[in-house]
Amino acid sequence: MIWYVAKRLLAAMPTLVAVLTVVFVIVRIIPGDPALTVLGDQATPQALAALREKLGIDKPLLAQYFDFITAALTGDLGRSLVSGRPVIQEVVAVLPHTLDLTISSLVLGTALGVPLGVWAALRRNRLADYVIRIVSLVGLSFPVFVSGIFLLMVFSLHYRLFPVIGTSNLADLGDRTWKLVLPTITLGLVMVAYITRVTRSAMLQVLSEDYVRTARAKGVPARLVIRRHALRNALIPVVTVVGLYLGINIGNSVLTEIVFNRPGLGKVIVTALNQRDYAMLQGLMVIYCFLIVVTNLLTDLAYGLIDPRVKQA
Amino acid sequence: MRILARLFQVFGTNKTSWVGLAMFVAICAMALLAPWIAGTDPLEQDIIAKLRPPSAEHWFGTDEFGRDVYARLVWGARISLSVSISAITLALVVGGTIGLVSGYVGGRFDMLVMQVMDILLSFPALILGLIIVALLGPSQANLIVAIALTALAPFARITRAPTLIVKERQFVEAGRALGFGHGRILFVHVLPNIVSEVLVMASLWMATAVRVEASLSFIGLGVRPPTPTWGGMIRDGFENILDAPWLCIYPGLAILALIFSLNMLGDGLRDATDPKLRGE
Repeated sequence: MIWYVAKRLLAAMPTLVAVLTVVFVIVRIIPGDPALTVLGDQATPQALAALREKLGIDKPLLAQYFDFITAALTGDLGRSLVSGRPVIQEVVAVLPHTLDLTISSLVLGTALGVPLGVWAALRRNRLADYVIRIVSLVGLSFPVFVSGIFLLMVFSLHYRLFPVIGTSNLADLGDRTWKLVLPTITLGLVMVAYITRVTRSAMLQVLSEDYVRTARAKGVPARLVIRRHALRNALIPVVTVVGLYLGINIGNSVLTEIVFNRPGLGKVIVTALNQRDYAMLQGLMVIYCFLIVVTNLLTDLAYGLIDPRVKQA
Repeated sequence: MRILARLFQVFGTNKTSWVGLAMFVAICAMALLAPWIAGTDPLEQDIIAKLRPPSAEHWFGTDEFGRDVYARLVWGARISLSVSISAITLALVVGGTIGLVSGYVGGRFDMLVMQVMDILLSFPALILGLIIVALLGPSQANLIVAIALTALAPFARITRAPTLIVKERQFVEAGRALGFGHGRILFVHVLPNIVSEVLVMASLWMATAVRVEASLSFIGLGVRPPTPTWGGMIRDGFENILDAPWLCIYPGLAILALIFSLNMLGDGLRDATDPKLRGE
């Protein structure tokens, strides 16, 4: 297992560099002078030149590229133009909030989505299947800020069951969990819908395989056939989708954090946008890339856990 | 014409896509007929009648400037639809061409192009859109470019795969033997064979485009106020959520209806065009 992890880690490095290159290209091909954007039209040429030097954009493009890659790979993401603190410090301060939200919604999505998907597949073209399919399509169609606001209106404002403000005390576990409930449901609903649909179609495919028929023919109890023969094989596409969806989830958490007024990466990114904190934005983009690469890595490792053949390949 | 006939055949077999199409057409009609059905000017302010609940006079109530929410909703459909349709068309044309050419040329070039597309694909659409709009500045044109860029990779992928297969088929070889140019082979012989897959993709990604547009407007990076946009209306309404919940409810339902109709359409079309599911 350790060997497998090490191999995967090594293989992730070129991806990371490639993704960083794309970030660099996106930030550089955008027209306009970042120094001018930050300081405005009224800035003196001296001030502009000073900021360009501070941002490192007065150097030749290739030198900028190498500076950027080496700094990013050694964990130096620059400093915020507004607070002057290192980007990494600002991010680490709020990261627990975002991780809480992403992980809890993933757990909710899997815990509900997989059984619902299996159920729909077993009841194919019957009432339960239709209901699950339509409801999951509605769930997928909700932009998270809309579902978040609707949940907030019903459960926080009308019934007053949950707090309106999501800023929680990280040390107080009860408070932390309590304030996580509505945001988790908001983000988790989309995840449930997604996982349900993928599980259903993967199960349908697996259920028509010969080995499932053989298992049934030799008298294996239905419960065992579903769990051991069908579901285990259907889980591979589900894991792929969960991995892909984690990226979308990170994006959606931005909106959830705004609606529930929670601290987190989303809040940081929106603040940086409003303050035109160019250095912070670039650093945040690198962090998002890093999170995405880590997610892909975890997805690969999950394949290895589910399907022993993957590890040997 | 053969393509259209095939498309109608696909529609005929699938009820879900019909319902989705009907809803989508209704919303498009609402946007087109906005000057006639909105009743009042969506920008007209009436400070005395601010934050009024829904009534016979103002069907969906009024906002904090006394503007009619119904009129703003009807006009807002135009922004949602025009931004997402333009963005998806742009993504389809540019991404589709990249995929066609990349698959047709093949070799190292193909590998490199697809690598770049894979990386682009790994970014969450919202984050990528957010950063591009932030750097370009919020305007309708920039919004379209940003959303198109997030949807580029899937279109490149979807046109590339069938191109790889189709280019090996005999009729393409025959065309080449007859001395047809690459352009003619690609657009006259390869393209018609992959139109249905591309259309399914387009309707599903339209749903994403609508969502990203609404989300960016909600964050404050959409088309500038006072132009009514659904996401922007929710953003403004969110500040008055205690006194005037209707400001969030109606635009929220409108966004949901549009995305749901596109998802139904795409989902139904996919089931109908997927040979694996069609056979059963």
